[in-house]
Amino acid sequence: MKQFQYQRASTQQSVLDAISKPGTKIIAGGTNLVDHMKHGIIAPDKLVDITHLPLKGITPTKTGIHLGTLALNSAVAEDALVLQKQPLISMALRAGSSQQLRNMATVGGNIMQRTRCTYFYDTTMPCNKREPGTGCGALEGYNRMHAIFGASDKCIAVHPSDMCVALAALGASVIVVGKKGQRLIPFNEFHRLPDDHPELDNHLAKDEMIIGVDIPDNNFAKNSYYLKVRDRQSYAFALVSVAAALELSGTTIKKARLAMGGVAHKPWRLFEAEKFMEGKPVSEDTFKQAAQIAMQGAKAYENNAFKLKLAPASIVEALKHAAGIV
Amino acid sequence: MEKEKNHSRPVEESDVKDNSRRDFLKKSALMTAVALTPVAAARAAEMHMDERLAQVFEKMPLHLEINGVAHNLMVEPRSTLLDILREQLDLTGTKKGCDMGQCGACTVHVDGHRVNSCLTLGIMVNGKKVTTIEGLAKGDQLHPMQEAFLKHDGFQCGYCTPGQIMSAVACVREGHANSEHEIREYMSGNICRCGAYPNIVNAIQEVKEGGMAI
Repeated sequence: MKQFQYQRASTQQSVLDAISKPGTKIIAGGTNLVDHMKHGIIAPDKLVDITHLPLKGITPTKTGIHLGTLALNSAVAEDALVLQKQPLISMALRAGSSQQLRNMATVGGNIMQRTRCTYFYDTTMPCNKREPGTGCGALEGYNRMHAIFGASDKCIAVHPSDMCVALAALGASVIVVGKKGQRLIPFNEFHRLPDDHPELDNHLAKDEMIIGVDIPDNNFAKNSYYLKVRDRQSYAFALVSVAAALELSGTTIKKARLAMGGVAHKPWRLFEAEKFMEGKPVSEDTFKQAAQIAMQGAKAYENNAFKLKLAPASIVEALKHAAGIV
Repeated sequence: MEKEKNHSRPVEESDVKDNSRRDFLKKSALMTAVALTPVAAARAAEMHMDERLAQVFEKMPLHLEINGVAHNLMVEPRSTLLDILREQLDLTGTKKGCDMGQCGACTVHVDGHRVNSCLTLGIMVNGKKVTTIEGLAKGDQLHPMQEAFLKHDGFQCGYCTPGQIMSAVACVREGHANSEHEIREYMSGNICRCGAYPNIVNAIQEVKEGGMAI
């Protein structure tokens, strides 16, 4: 790992000052960044450690729950308020990573984590995300883990987070702060599709930092489910994951939320399928039709065609669990 | 080799007191000027001059309490807690497996929470309490989890075992050892290539059911 300068930040302002200079990266849990630095994927000149800022809180607000950017993944997963009001987030967090890593990883870091595409990690391979202009090794390579939605000919990587899939489904907002002040980014608009610039994972400006996430109150707590399908039962990235949340009125679906992980460059919210389900009866048939709508526009590559079957089946399964008809 | 030995010995703060920052900067400026000539640069590289100077400049003080003993160290910001434990403090019980947070062999407790020491920059846990596998036993008396691993044969080659045991102790303390399923889920960050999983689960269950404070 290349040498770097280390700064322990004690104020938000000192973080903003530090990141205004090129070559400086924020570090919190470090589970992703340190790994990248060891692999030679990035080599910052300076790290600014934000873990001493008072941004760890998990607190009720007038309209929902606020998660401080430094709240640990393990703390959020087991927080009583989260479990009571937003169990989907807890389920997603516990489906991700290991307890050791959840004890280190933060909310902000989880949102900022980068793809696990093996071509991104292997510095001897071409990768437009790691080194723009070098090409995409996965496009005609071993692309079993890769995207079926929203990819471009520059990049077919997927976003690896589970927590983000739940936050996307629940319509959370990311609170970011920069020199010009604070702004809220709707979760679905935070991450971006690769298009011509896969090196950019999201819309956070270079001189901005995440300070927290707001999750609005809802009536999904009773009928939420996070389904993660992976190569082993635990501690693996998703082939496909589904966050499903329903608000029921008897056996009628009043409101539905649906998002998928492991299928796109960003958490993949399924607005059309949600709309379709609203007002429909709870039934396997409704869910199958919703899954069919969700899969419109899907495109597979040589090694991931199985996702075209796995994804809709997972959607149906997750919705059945959420509705309690399993 | 000699240089590597020097590098890995515990470096106390007093060791580097004489090399003031200003002194270094002067040397550094000189180095830069000298380094402009390719021959000098090659010679400097050969003698590892640049690395030796960097060592003085880049190290930062780190205070840690490890297994109840206070340590004042000087470390490079890039040193992981794992490397500091193994290379600077000779606490080699904590193992380096994958060195990328995937195997759990490096699991230690920081302020009571299990973490992967391979992905923890030492400098970031300044002032915290670290417990390693060496800190579990009380003298000759093994920790109940160590006893249970022996009794249930919770290992074959033993390389993952320190990490397994540190993780297992935390798993029980966290309250995540209430069923076989829960134990398997919350121990999934510790990979055992020999496949001793059933015995590891048995060991954890016995400690959990024993109900003693661990």
